[in-house]
Amino acid sequence: MSMKIALSLRRKTLLVRLDGELDHHSSADIRDMVERAVTEQDVRNLIFDFSKLSFMDSSAIGMVIGRYKLMNALGGQVVLVCSDARMNKLIKMSGLTKLIKVYHDVDSAVKEVSEG
Amino acid sequence: MTEDNKMTLTFLSRSVNEGFARGAVAAFVAQLDPTLEELADIKTAVSEAVTNSIVHGYGHPTGLITIDCYINNAKTVTISIHDDGRGISDVHQAIQPLFTESNDTERSGMGFTVMETFMDSMTVESKPDCGTTVTLTKQIGNNLNL
Repeated sequence: MSMKIALSLRRKTLLVRLDGELDHHSSADIRDMVERAVTEQDVRNLIFDFSKLSFMDSSAIGMVIGRYKLMNALGGQVVLVCSDARMNKLIKMSGLTKLIKVYHDVDSAVKEVSEG
Repeated sequence: MTEDNKMTLTFLSRSVNEGFARGAVAAFVAQLDPTLEELADIKTAVSEAVTNSIVHGYGHPTGLITIDCYINNAKTVTISIHDDGRGISDVHQAIQPLFTESNDTERSGMGFTVMETFMDSMTVESKPDCGTTVTLTKQIGNNLNL
């Protein structure tokens, strides 16, 4: 049940690919890894890829909002990749889509942040 | 016809147990042959309740969380999640969307809203310093009975 977190940085955009179950427990590791990367590297934009998540609860929303505040303070942006209908229902319910754009695939998200 | 059945699970309020708790409840409920969506609804709601107990009920130090799960022959699942933590002074306020009393800015305040949305019913019993019990119910196979 452990969460696999893969970070890759390209043209100041940090892509965070998550594989596993996103809850309050795994959120802490993601937060720590992303904050370290943003502190140590020149990161402008953040893309969270939820495509391989098998589970998420509302802790995911809090984790994303926390990183949104961070990137907003740095003048950057955060976008999400999520195509699962259930997960998107939770994301919409939380009002997160008022702050953050959600894409169905990574390519569209990369395009958005590189043009933004 | 499904027989009545019951299980009780008690574990320490460590965040690593969130996955264990929702997984164990899902495995127990699986005998009712729920759809994947029904199972995901239950897992999400249990995860929210257990996380509340861990973050708000206890914080540090840890305490025990008990889940009682009951299924009856009408395929109704009743799940009660109990902690002996600090409790909630104003339950009505706590269940409002986006309300959070945690200083941890990572909390979205959506836990109770998610439980209410994904389950058929939710009741919250709590008193300051007397712990919290959240009881959730869901009818399995509801769509087929309509």
